Amino acid sequence: MDGVQKDIVARLQQDILRLQGPRPANDPLAGKVELGPVLDAFPQQVFPTGAVHEYISGSPAATAASSGFIAGILGSLMQNGGCCVWISQEKIIFPPGLKAFGIEPERVLFIHLKKEKDICWAMEAALQVEGLAGVVSELPDLNFTVSRRLQLAVEKSGVTGFVLRQQPRKLHPTACVGRWQISSLASYYPDGMPGIGFPCWNVELQKIRGGKPGSWQLVWMDGHFHALPDTSLISSQTLLRKIG
Amino acid sequence: MKRLMAIWFPHLLADGMLRRRPHLKDTLFVVAAPDHGRMRITAACLAAQKQGISIGMAVADARALVANIQVLDDEPQLPLQLLTGLGHWCIRYTPVAATDLPDGLFLDISGCAHLWGGEEKYAADIQNRLKGFGYTTRIAIAGTIGAAWALTRYVKQPIAVAPSGEERAALLPLPPAALRLELVTVERLQKLGLYTISHFINMGRSILRRRFGIGLLDRMDQAFGWKDEPLIPLQPIEPFRERLPCLEPIVTRSGIEIALQQLLNTLCERLVKEGKGIRKAVFKAYRIDGEVQQIEIGTHLPSQQPIHLFKLFELKIDQIKPALGIELFVLEAPNVEIARSSQEALWHNSTVNDTRLAQLLDQLTGKLGKGIVYRYLPEEHYWPERSFREAKELGEQPATTWRKDRPRPVRLLSIPEPVEVAAPIPDYPPMHFRYKGKLHTIKKADGPERIEQEWWIQEGEHRDYYIVEDEIGERYWLFRLGHYTGDKPHQWYLHGFFP
Repeated sequence: MDGVQKDIVARLQQDILRLQGPRPANDPLAGKVELGPVLDAFPQQVFPTGAVHEYISGSPAATAASSGFIAGILGSLMQNGGCCVWISQEKIIFPPGLKAFGIEPERVLFIHLKKEKDICWAMEAALQVEGLAGVVSELPDLNFTVSRRLQLAVEKSGVTGFVLRQQPRKLHPTACVGRWQISSLASYYPDGMPGIGFPCWNVELQKIRGGKPGSWQLVWMDGHFHALPDTSLISSQTLLRKIG
Repeated sequence: MKRLMAIWFPHLLADGMLRRRPHLKDTLFVVAAPDHGRMRITAACLAAQKQGISIGMAVADARALVANIQVLDDEPQLPLQLLTGLGHWCIRYTPVAATDLPDGLFLDISGCAHLWGGEEKYAADIQNRLKGFGYTTRIAIAGTIGAAWALTRYVKQPIAVAPSGEERAALLPLPPAALRLELVTVERLQKLGLYTISHFINMGRSILRRRFGIGLLDRMDQAFGWKDEPLIPLQPIEPFRERLPCLEPIVTRSGIEIALQQLLNTLCERLVKEGKGIRKAVFKAYRIDGEVQQIEIGTHLPSQQPIHLFKLFELKIDQIKPALGIELFVLEAPNVEIARSSQEALWHNSTVNDTRLAQLLDQLTGKLGKGIVYRYLPEEHYWPERSFREAKELGEQPATTWRKDRPRPVRLLSIPEPVEVAAPIPDYPPMHFRYKGKLHTIKKADGPERIEQEWWIQEGEHRDYYIVEDEIGERYWLFRLGHYTGDKPHQWYLHGFFP
């Protein structure tokens, strides 16, 4: 394929993107999120801000992994002093734990609501607030109508939304821009030291609008996402134990 | 120019009783209270009074006159209750209403009467409405409380109006009792042949004081307007308050919305001028049938924007039941603070507009109830549950920094859950644990990190925390309660999840 054809293909792809939904082209937060190899999956190699992403998890521990991954993205979105809203059913997020992901925990507004309907309402209201770095809500079931409303809200305000779905009953198609599944991997130390190292995740991007789904292994190290080096997968540490 | 109205209910108790018990309409009844060992009549219905029964008579005597008379027990608190209710009802005519025990009301009607087309029409309207409720009244309007009181009791007309400046002429022919004097003073004046106020009004003040005491002079001064007499209003007057009387009773939602918008606009204009903002606002709707419906909102930051405040009220308009119609709307701002200038940022260097953020929180708490929004600040405690606290207000800044030196989970159970653990002794991390029926084999572990109870806050055993990672790479925060002693099994708990 010569240069001219490449140009044409690139231009057509841009047109398709534009048709698929309005995206704020000059979002100051676009490009802030460093996801390492995952960025190749997104259209224009930029994490889609101003959109709603859903995260599926099957267990409390997997939810924690998703929370950590979202916190990492939020941390980079909050770099220039934004604040975010985290909506959940109970008090479960441990604010000091967010500090490791570059979030100033006092800039997070936690909202605790019992009913799922109220959570949907609160999330929609929060997504309409221009200038918020992000809105996270823990909502197991998300139907198409609700996701559509959320998407309409973010298209106006440019806020990024994250829906954390722990043990969803049904996986309907939704209007979310991306569907992720994050699961934990054994932690990683570059030099093979014993003990718990940097958190590692298997990041599976199951759906992405205008992009290529895929699966990656990431490690959160020094405040950034990195691709997990292959070596760590071979050595598995066995504990030295004394029994008696 | 002050104008005051006195309303006298000559049969307050009887009318009130009849209103409560409509079935007594066609029977003769009296209200009686025990007094010195016998039942004395404190109130009687009109028909009974026509039969010769008077107040103060013993019930036995009344029974002798009318055999089948019904006797009701007196309730000492009833007059106050009735008057308070009636006083609140009168707020639709004027903001300042006060009770006058045992059987009257005072209203400060300065600047109100012209809305009804003059003082006579105003008084007639009140009288007719009260008659509709079943109360007989005598109403008088004058420049002082004392004069209005006297005109109700001693001028035998349903409505008496003394134009301003002519109270003196109206009062002169009345008996001395019209000045609200003590019984002793009245009797003494009678004895001396001073039957009307005109008889002694020109006497020297020192003479009057010597003979009848300072009380007479005070009452005279109050009636003639030489001395101020304060009214204690039933409802304290809010400095920030707007009223909107309606020509026709309002029954529709859109009508209520228009009224609310008008009131908000005028109130906010005033607030902008004074540089204040609303923290709490109450919207009251006075219904034709005497009920008052009210809704209330609160804000996180002082607000002077009618659109935002309207949005908050809008969620609650459903709670107003107009029934037959609403004739008066009142908007009050009991809690007003100095508005923050827009340049003063809530949190240093924030991308989001503070006002917009506060509006979001108002919207959420307005619809979903208080106590749902939290913001946390660091505290200097090692104990995980106490290492953060709720921020008292939206703008509060952390007094200390968040600790980063120890790994902490991102999700923490508010109550640690007991788990079954197999651990080598004494202080090694566990080998596997069972949580919710599932066995997790531990591959990697860090710890222990001992966190002691803070004895000055709470007594109890310390916790030895371990970070553990199972065979699929999920990371947990476990702890063992207390020292390892070897003679009893130890309870382990799961407290959090690492990302």
